[in-house]
Amino acid sequence: MKQDDFREIEGGRPFYLLLGFIGLFVLAGLGAAWYMEHHGHWVTGMSNQIIWGTPHVFAVFLIVAASGALNVASISSVFGKTPYKPLARLSGLLAITLLVGGLAILVLDLGRPDRLIVAMTYYNFKSIFAWNIFLYIGFMGVVAIYLWMMMERKMNRFTKSAGFVAFIWRLILTTGTGSIFGFLVARQAYDSALLAPMFIIMSFSFGLAIFILVLMASYKWSNRPLGDVILFRLKNLLGVFIGAVLYFVVVYHLTNLYITEQHGVERFILLEGGVYTRLFWVVQILLGSLLPLALLYNPSTGKSRGWIGIASLLVIVGGLAQMYVIIIGGQAYPLELFPGKEVTSSFFDGGINAYAPSLPEITLGVGGVALALAATLVGVRVLRFLPVSLADDQIDQSGEVA
Amino acid sequence: MTNSRQLQPGALSMSNKSSFDSYRRRFLGGVASTVAGMGVAPGVVLHSVGHAKPAGDAVTGDVRWGMLIDTNKCAAGCDDCVKACDDEHGLTGFDRPETDAQWIRKVTLKDKQTGHTQTLPLLCQHCEKPPCVDVCPTGASFRREDGIVLVDKHICIGCRYCMMACPYKARSFVHETLQDQKPFAPRGKGTVESCTFCVHRVDNDRTPACVEACTAENHNAMVFGDMNDPDSELSRQLKKYNSRQIRADLELNTGVRYRGI
Repeated sequence: MKQDDFREIEGGRPFYLLLGFIGLFVLAGLGAAWYMEHHGHWVTGMSNQIIWGTPHVFAVFLIVAASGALNVASISSVFGKTPYKPLARLSGLLAITLLVGGLAILVLDLGRPDRLIVAMTYYNFKSIFAWNIFLYIGFMGVVAIYLWMMMERKMNRFTKSAGFVAFIWRLILTTGTGSIFGFLVARQAYDSALLAPMFIIMSFSFGLAIFILVLMASYKWSNRPLGDVILFRLKNLLGVFIGAVLYFVVVYHLTNLYITEQHGVERFILLEGGVYTRLFWVVQILLGSLLPLALLYNPSTGKSRGWIGIASLLVIVGGLAQMYVIIIGGQAYPLELFPGKEVTSSFFDGGINAYAPSLPEITLGVGGVALALAATLVGVRVLRFLPVSLADDQIDQSGEVA
Repeated sequence: MTNSRQLQPGALSMSNKSSFDSYRRRFLGGVASTVAGMGVAPGVVLHSVGHAKPAGDAVTGDVRWGMLIDTNKCAAGCDDCVKACDDEHGLTGFDRPETDAQWIRKVTLKDKQTGHTQTLPLLCQHCEKPPCVDVCPTGASFRREDGIVLVDKHICIGCRYCMMACPYKARSFVHETLQDQKPFAPRGKGTVESCTFCVHRVDNDRTPACVEACTAENHNAMVFGDMNDPDSELSRQLKKYNSRQIRADLELNTGVRYRGI
């Protein structure tokens, strides 16, 4: 595919209307952040029990999805699958914009977002959080260079090397994100090396689901042809990733079910956790995993664009539910300080911690998603990220190994 | 502002190129020194906080402050230690128990098998290897040489990762604007705080407020002292009686030990 085959999307009224519409959600998110910082976090659902709330669900979801969105580019550059090559630029763009959206939420939910400069100048290198600051910023830089190698003809020969660096970086990055929870020895639901690889495979699935939706929407709205060949490849890949996430979820819970001291937290999440149990079984497993798997692999729905879109949307909804169960469900279950004892106190020791998402939290989270989408929209408008055509005859399958 | 005045219309024309260059140099110089200042200033503050003891009486690792709590002497229904802490540090709540700070709390335990009930005060355990210090991205959570674990309120960004990591739920996040603070216990909306072992008292050879209150009531359930000094009352009792660390499985070597649990 030649450089000329890529074009910016059209500007004009529809573009600005869409950008303005998304921009409203960004503004609402900023307003929510201002409200939370001005009054203090007591106006949210968060407390000294549920320390990280709905903003973190959105933020971690976006950060995880960001590294996953780069997969399509990696498959093309690192693993040499030529059919994916036309999609590599959009893949890189989404990786950056989703990360920006997620980080914006994370920063705006800090108790002192005004001290961002402190976070940039003081480092405790034993903290995985501190490492993540480098990993996130570095990721944006590495992917930006990777995009430059792809988009500048003179630099094309470095694409593979840059893609390789970006691929390794994204694996380390998601390992870092999973380890934010995996390294927490204090809490029953975390403290597991399994979380790092599980987050990586979750990123494959969430990132690809977002990629498919953005691809379908942008080609439909810009009236460019999108053939079945590339779309069906992507949806088959999504099915594999959904299955892989399910595998990790099963292994995680089976391991816990074997360990007696973990029975309490497993009983909570799987059986008696109320909203968390329902989110786990109904949204994460049924709607977010099994149903999309069925839709993607069923011979009739698997060939329908509408159903592929719905399946991708379900994966995103299921992914958000999974994050909610991990992040908030994991905190709702009390710390086990005194095994074998019933514990009570004025500080809610020993009980299931109550939490309900508040409007400012949800608005901030949605604002981060909107920021990612707005940045993507501006990106495809000002630079040549999208091929003019992804019709079947434009897809080069010659480099395929049978 | 002086620099901005030079950016008049026409300032970018070729004839004014040299003045623009000098403006640019001054501007960049200003930015560089501001950035450098922002980097250094908090360090100066941190340095002064980290050496809060009077000059000539530096904090050293020769001392390890610790506490022994005898749950057999801890009276059910008594919360004098909690009240003393609240008074000492000005921890006035907003009648919102889920978000109000608690540096020390009374916990009631009931054995699921036998029904035996007991109460004990739970506070920051001042671990030798504190998970809160490990996870803090900026180093705001720190451990003094003498074992006291503190939060530097100047560089805490309010990420709350320390609260996720603390096995004892010992930390609170300041959820709203505070007034009437005590000069020796600075607190700030959007930052995390916890028991300081009354560092302001300890540095002046006094015992923490909770211990003082418990002793004043003649309960004597709390003993404070230097774990490294074999002659201290604390060390003497720790040697004589069996004591336990909460979540000893984590091997954090807590500064707070318990009898009777």
